[in-house]
Amino acid sequence: MLLRHLARRAVGSVFVLLAVSLITFLALDAAPGDAAQAMVGESASAEQLAELRQALGLDRSPLFRYAQFIGGVALRGDLGRSLVSARPVSTLLAERLPYTAALALTATGLALALGALSGIVAAQRAGSPLDLLLMAGATLGLAVPTFWSGLLLILFFALRLRWLPVAGAESARHIVLPALTLAIPTAAIVARLLRSSLLDVMSADYVRTAYAKGLSPRQVLIGHVLRNSLIPLVTVVGLHLGHLLGGAFVVESIFGWPGVGRLAVQAIFDRDTPVVLGATLTVAALYLAINLCVDLIHGWLDPQVAEGAI
Amino acid sequence: MASSVGRADARPLARLGSAARRFGKRESSARRRRVSPSLAIGALLTLALLVAALTAPWLAPYAPDQVMAGERLAPPSADHPFGVDMLGRDLLSRVWHGARLAVNMVVVSLAIAALGGISLGLPAGYYGGWIDQILSRLMDVWLAFPGLLLAVVVVARLGPTLDNAMIALGLMSAPGFYRLTRTLTLSARRTAYVEAARAVGVSDAAIMLRHILPNISSSLIVLATSRAGMLILAGGSLSFVGLGAQPPQPEWGALLATGRNYLDSAPWLAVYPGLCLTLAVIGLNLLGDGLRDTLDPRNGWRQ
Repeated sequence: MLLRHLARRAVGSVFVLLAVSLITFLALDAAPGDAAQAMVGESASAEQLAELRQALGLDRSPLFRYAQFIGGVALRGDLGRSLVSARPVSTLLAERLPYTAALALTATGLALALGALSGIVAAQRAGSPLDLLLMAGATLGLAVPTFWSGLLLILFFALRLRWLPVAGAESARHIVLPALTLAIPTAAIVARLLRSSLLDVMSADYVRTAYAKGLSPRQVLIGHVLRNSLIPLVTVVGLHLGHLLGGAFVVESIFGWPGVGRLAVQAIFDRDTPVVLGATLTVAALYLAINLCVDLIHGWLDPQVAEGAI
Repeated sequence: MASSVGRADARPLARLGSAARRFGKRESSARRRRVSPSLAIGALLTLALLVAALTAPWLAPYAPDQVMAGERLAPPSADHPFGVDMLGRDLLSRVWHGARLAVNMVVVSLAIAALGGISLGLPAGYYGGWIDQILSRLMDVWLAFPGLLLAVVVVARLGPTLDNAMIALGLMSAPGFYRLTRTLTLSARRTAYVEAARAVGVSDAAIMLRHILPNISSSLIVLATSRAGMLILAGGSLSFVGLGAQPPQPEWGALLATGRNYLDSAPWLAVYPGLCLTLAVIGLNLLGDGLRDTLDPRNGWRQ
């Protein structure tokens, strides 16, 4: 049952990915100043421009080039070459992906630790001043823009205290500030969600039943309360991991972190369509894969899902 | 025996349970009776943002682009409460005018999102069938672009200006309005007032626009309010990396992008625009949450 559901989801994901690539390709393909223009500058003659366009294959029809592109991806995993550096897009992405993955995973781990701790503490003392303080902190964490919290962290920890480097990615210490910046909003969501779902679950009938049949509080907490509180948490953290991938370009730009997002933004300024396309597709594919994993974990935590409720 | 052991260990959990009874289930009904403090704070901050946006041309001490060459990078003082930037422009006046751009951006992108989402969501929910199938699959594709990626692609296509960023953010937010409109229309379709309208021969378009839309509009307004804070953040992010407002414009994200180059020598250039942006987002988020808890019976975190 679960296997068939998964297979259907996987096939669906491939179609979604195809549609995403078509939209992105068509959107970027007809952009006003194309890459040839960006390469030669405004002063070039019409002949020079036409020659360069032909050399780059930009004179062919958009649909032809899309078919060519998808064929290359499907058959050889070839995403084309950068119009600026002439290096294969897959190589450029392979250089950047480990940095993006390291940042996203560190940030998610940090967010889970911070968020779970404050969420559980707040739920245990619901209504107390500490709860109020933690939830006010979560409200602040959700509202603070990463491009401001990042600058404040640099100002305080890098420029004033000189504990951590300002920018770059040379050592493990370089990941601390960008990961913390990226973790703040997710930690806030985890804290709020865990608090409210713990409170919900604790007052549920099946928890009272569990006590009534003589289970110890620890058994109730681990077997019933946490397990059921985790279900919405997995969904939200999974979604956020995807959004971290799609929004990390801001934090990458603040801290000079050489991830996929910065590659894509630079490529937009250069009108380097193959790189923008490759980066977009990679992030969308990762996002769909994460969603599939979330579904799997969801099914494992909640038997109703595995039995075909969706 | 089991119960006495249980009681000894159970104290933290029992506390959790009773706290849950006090604050979990009954929270929403208690809130419906009186205005919660967080809703009041949200409304106040949002009002401040709107007043700032409206009064900027008359009450801000200087024009946003007025240059006082002698006072370049002057720190905050009585004359310039937020300090002066690297070209000699008063930062308070620039941030004040930035509120105008922020409100404008939220209104325009919400209008685009609502127009797109509602005009597709109404027929999808009303007719169902293949129209619903096609439109819903299309929205799935839309939603496969995580975070700001769709906005980035749109800006890449149209070029990096504030206007294009607003279009991009509107397109990015449309699926939320589509889904809510579709779901609500789906259930409104089976109500007595729609049946009655159909029985007396009202056209489908009139039923959707004059009967269903007014009845679902309060939920849509709640959705719009709760998206507003996110839109300010997203617009600021695009401008910060150079994909939105461009330097002479005093947009908050663009101000921060400039301020970042003077972080060591003139930190106020980065501190104050970010503070105003954060306060605006807190206000809109609290207002959105408060409205949802107060007005919308289908409240909760489920998406």
